[in-house]
Amino acid sequence: MKKRNLLRLGAALGGLLVALPALSQELTFWSWRQEDKAVYQQLIDTFQAENPGITIKLEAFEAANYNTILSTALAGGTGPDLMMVRAFGAMESIAGAGYLMPLSPENVPELANFSPAAVAAETMRSDKKTYAVPFASQTQFVLYNKAIFDQNGLKEPQTWDEFIALAEALKAKGIIPFANGTATAWQNETIVGALVSSIMGRGFYDDLIAGKADFTDPRYTEALSKLKDISAYFPDGFIGLDYPSAQQLFSSGMAAMFAGGSYEIANFRAQNKDIQLGVFAAPGKTAEDEKLVAIYFDGGYAANAKTAHPEAALKFLNYVASKKFGQVFANSLNNISTVPGVTFDDPLLGEVAQLNEHSIPYLMLVHFRYAEPSGSVLLQGEVQKLLDNKTTPAEVGKALTEGLATWYEPFKK
Amino acid sequence: MWITALLVPPLAFVALFIVYPIVSAFAYAFFDWNGLARGEFVGLDNFFKVLFTEPYAGWTRNAFGHNVQVFFALMVLQNGMGFLLAYCLWRGLPGARFHRVAVFLPVVLSTIIVGYLFKLFLHPMFGVVNVSLKAIGLGFLAQPWLGQSSTALWSLIVANTWHMVGFPTLVFLAGMQRIPGEVLDAVRMETESEWVKVSKIVWPLVAPSATVVFTLLFVGAFNWFEIPYVMVGLDGSPYGSTDVLGLYFYRTAFGNQSGATQDFGAGSALAVLIFVFVAVVAGIITVKLRAREIQL
Repeated sequence: MKKRNLLRLGAALGGLLVALPALSQELTFWSWRQEDKAVYQQLIDTFQAENPGITIKLEAFEAANYNTILSTALAGGTGPDLMMVRAFGAMESIAGAGYLMPLSPENVPELANFSPAAVAAETMRSDKKTYAVPFASQTQFVLYNKAIFDQNGLKEPQTWDEFIALAEALKAKGIIPFANGTATAWQNETIVGALVSSIMGRGFYDDLIAGKADFTDPRYTEALSKLKDISAYFPDGFIGLDYPSAQQLFSSGMAAMFAGGSYEIANFRAQNKDIQLGVFAAPGKTAEDEKLVAIYFDGGYAANAKTAHPEAALKFLNYVASKKFGQVFANSLNNISTVPGVTFDDPLLGEVAQLNEHSIPYLMLVHFRYAEPSGSVLLQGEVQKLLDNKTTPAEVGKALTEGLATWYEPFKK
Repeated sequence: MWITALLVPPLAFVALFIVYPIVSAFAYAFFDWNGLARGEFVGLDNFFKVLFTEPYAGWTRNAFGHNVQVFFALMVLQNGMGFLLAYCLWRGLPGARFHRVAVFLPVVLSTIIVGYLFKLFLHPMFGVVNVSLKAIGLGFLAQPWLGQSSTALWSLIVANTWHMVGFPTLVFLAGMQRIPGEVLDAVRMETESEWVKVSKIVWPLVAPSATVVFTLLFVGAFNWFEIPYVMVGLDGSPYGSTDVLGLYFYRTAFGNQSGATQDFGAGSALAVLIFVFVAVVAGIITVKLRAREIQL
């Protein structure tokens, strides 16, 4: 009798165990934003409250090693159900191996309303399928310390000459005009996007992408020589100055401007909560030239193609594509959300969104990071060489074109 | 039977954690990789790619050249200074007891800390090097040390020397202390010249220490990674002036933020080439150096 009861109990327990996964689905979600963990947890809590039975377990990793950790885990079959992935070439290296679930307006309807450029950032070029819901755009431009500008009666420049005069005026007052340093390689690409996008101009960008121009084009090499000119207003020994030091020069108020990305806004405010930030697009030669910022998309949210809970994963992806999510993402994380219709509480972010209306893509990242040598690696090295007086703008243009010609069809002659 | 039982666990352990990873890295090098998914068998293509196809071939030559430079520089600076320091300590110059400890202290520090410290010392605006130069009126010598190709690699070499010089010192000192007193007494009857003593007696008799120190330096110089990684980053900044095989391998296999691809195939091929090169040359060095050791 006793034995039979035990058996029954065992059977009942077993039945329960089998049924459990259906009742509560636990999904893992990987992120490289350790700084944003608290806000993400809050966003996940909202999702869980609306979708009882689905639990999302958030894990955040160090940004610099995230790609390696994620791709190794996916290759080993132990990857997460949901994850943040990068955009463009870095996204393709994961999606290309078949690890990600293809998305479309059929399973994530809101995708149809996203800007085409944002969706393209998470779309693989070969199969034209989208693999992630894009989350943020980043803008490269000039950030400045409003207090310093006001105290010295300085204004945002409208022409390149005014830009130089502005830097000269700051220097005369003993203030470092630009905080930028170029010892950290990727910063060399940033300053090109932030400082001379208006000089190369939209016409150059269109011709380049149409295959009618390459980097030896005078519009591009002129941009590089202007970059070299304005680097005279960077700190002493800036070629040996690394990225964190440059950030500190600006956030401490020792320097008035920082040529960088919109992602710096949150950094600078965290380092100095009293700082008053302003942003502007670096001007072209004349006031009539369109003032351009360089723009790119950061990454997106994707689902594992082999997840055990595809429906729950899709529910989550639909949630992150919703305005409700985008609004919190924009206001709590100070990011330019890509979700359509999101408004910004922070006037500075509103200004960034406005500047974005006059933009060209952040060239190397968006178009030339698909094979080795990547345009980014080439440009970073060549700009370092230029600023170390070891090459000229014309030679840089030639080196970029020849380097990319090894794999970029339109440059092959 | 029980012998087998005792042998199997350690053998299995070694096979699983040492033999298997090495063999699989060898195997990876012979396949095509699409991102992280293994493609088809491609024979020696990956080796051909990293050795003869641009841009990889240029990167390989550049990084290898730097490793060679680092090896010779450290051989002279680190091992040379190590020998001199050991000799001073052995001869009991004033303060020898204190310095025996002091010289070895940096070796105990983590490489990450040493790299970070030197990065601070060499900071172009606030670093102690440039600030002191300016303070004593030598401001014209102040440099952006880590930002220009002429000084970047040497800065790393100096940092490494400061960090590791205690190791050859200690090994040489141990070697010197093993030299029997009678030999030294015999020399003293012949000559008072310090040079003769060093070149004819001490140097030949510390040959076993030299074997150890030289071989380890060779292996270390060709697997150099931590100091460059901490001080200049994965790219071998500025423009590849500090790129070495370790950084280059890591970038190729695992990618870096600005690179385009992760290529396990090319990365593994590089790893195999580095491994074979280091193993073969270190083997030759050891055999050659052993031959000149003398038994008393």
